Amino acid sequence: MSLIQCEKITVNIANKNVCTDLDLTIETGQVWGILGRNGVGKTTLLHTLAGLRSADSGQILLNQINIKNISRKKIAQTMGLLLQQNEESFPSSVIDTVLTGRHPHIDNWSWESSKDLQIANKALETVQMLDMANRSVDQLSGGEKQRVAIASLIAQSPQLYLLDEPNSHLDLKHQMQLLEYFSHLAKNSHTSTIMTLHDINLARQYCTHLILIFGDGKVLSGTIKELLNEKTLSELYQYPLHKIETEFGALFVSK
Amino acid sequence: MLRPAPLLISLILLSIVSFIIAFSVGSYTLRFDQLLSAMSANQESIEHTIIWELRAPRAYTAFITGGLLALSGALMQVLLRNPLADPYILGVSGGASVAALFSMSLGLSTAWLSGSAFAGALLSILLVFGLSHGKGSWNPTRLLLTGVVIAAGWGALINFILSSSPEKPLRGMLFWLMGDLSHSEPSFLSPFVLLIALFITFIIARQLNILSRGELQASALGVSVKPLRIGLFLLASLLTAFAVTQAGSVGFIGLIVPHILRLISGSDHRLLLPASVLLGGSLLLISDTLARTIIAPQQLPVGVVTAFIGVPFFLYLLNKNFGKQVNA
Repeated sequence: MSLIQCEKITVNIANKNVCTDLDLTIETGQVWGILGRNGVGKTTLLHTLAGLRSADSGQILLNQINIKNISRKKIAQTMGLLLQQNEESFPSSVIDTVLTGRHPHIDNWSWESSKDLQIANKALETVQMLDMANRSVDQLSGGEKQRVAIASLIAQSPQLYLLDEPNSHLDLKHQMQLLEYFSHLAKNSHTSTIMTLHDINLARQYCTHLILIFGDGKVLSGTIKELLNEKTLSELYQYPLHKIETEFGALFVSK
Repeated sequence: MLRPAPLLISLILLSIVSFIIAFSVGSYTLRFDQLLSAMSANQESIEHTIIWELRAPRAYTAFITGGLLALSGALMQVLLRNPLADPYILGVSGGASVAALFSMSLGLSTAWLSGSAFAGALLSILLVFGLSHGKGSWNPTRLLLTGVVIAAGWGALINFILSSSPEKPLRGMLFWLMGDLSHSEPSFLSPFVLLIALFITFIIARQLNILSRGELQASALGVSVKPLRIGLFLLASLLTAFAVTQAGSVGFIGLIVPHILRLISGSDHRLLLPASVLLGGSLLLISDTLARTIIAPQQLPVGVVTAFIGVPFFLYLLNKNFGKQVNA
């Protein structure tokens, strides 16, 4: 079933064309990767999908409803976004930060219930941070902060996860576990994930579909099979790439 | 998770104690039993008059003003995402001061003084709102810069009035600028304003928690950031306007009280905001009691005392807290 649908959206930022008349249909069970060079508009496209900025033309449908007609709170119940940067202005504890993920599910008048706390603790367990629940976020390392932000998103438990460079600051093990987790979630819990990535080989391993942003307004979308080839990727990154078949599948390396 | 009850109960006790001290201490000091009998009895004694006609109205004004300032400061800090923000940072007190000083230089009565101070504050709020809300986005940085520059403009006008004013009203003007409760009339409106504001902030407190995680994060978590910010600006400014109208620019309470509470109990606004009101009220009440007794029969402007108490206390907490982080 289609979760989010873009109908002929055009997105420009600072006189730069990110995409023109882009059509996309993202269904549950799929994991999409957005690839492209620095500054081509990967984050901008992600924020447009999240409804944080409006497209210059076209419309975005979330569960068949135009996103402009849905309240922010309702959107947040269906769709969660992991930002590239976190900007806490006042220190708060790890568990309190993760509990903010429950915000869209709680009435204005209510406080977090024990069930919310349970969900938050489980999310912390998923990112292996449960033992740091009472630490202050500003005492954590970059990677640990990123894992807290991910736990907060997991606690939000939306249907659609938008991840902006989810792997930043993470060590190898946590990178793999994270992508494994979202890939597993998409297959088994009727969710889908759209994420910006810089690692082609991780994209090949964990994504089912790709959006390639070339920077001159050209955007390609399709399955991994259709898009992951030397010619397209070399054009995308403006750098020659070579494909090597290995026993772990195809690997792309720079020449 | 927070445990709100112990903190709030201790702050309520602190408030009661500060009222008892404010009622008993002064040029005519009352023992506790004298205080009780004078308060309860329906009599014409001198103690009764001192308490109900001199000390109670002033204590009440001090407490309410402190509560208004601390709440406004806490809201400004979230709104501007800046720990240095205080109730006066956006020029509300500047507008009020210019209008108040102007009416003093004309030799108008106290009633006029409050009225014109309030009008000046409102004018400044509208000015800052209009100028920062023109074309383009309405973000904290633009609001902060607009407010700070308007405040600087008011500052220049204040200096102009002070330097061109005759000797006689000058002392009163300086006291007003430093924050002073000795001439304030108890207002019946401001406690209602404070209660309504507390009620509103209680509803939006969790959204404020989310807003401190950043504008984008807040939007992504379902908060409608723009209306929330506009509401915060108007609410915080109005609270400041009421406080300034009652007591002039009492410094420090609005800056320091929210930070003291953040250091003690964290940044959850559902606890922080009511706690700020109680601590701000108590702190200003204790300061005012000291202001009228330290060098009696002379009186100090209360703003001087709040800083004398607030600075060392805050530095102590800050050191303790950062020391803990180093050891952790």
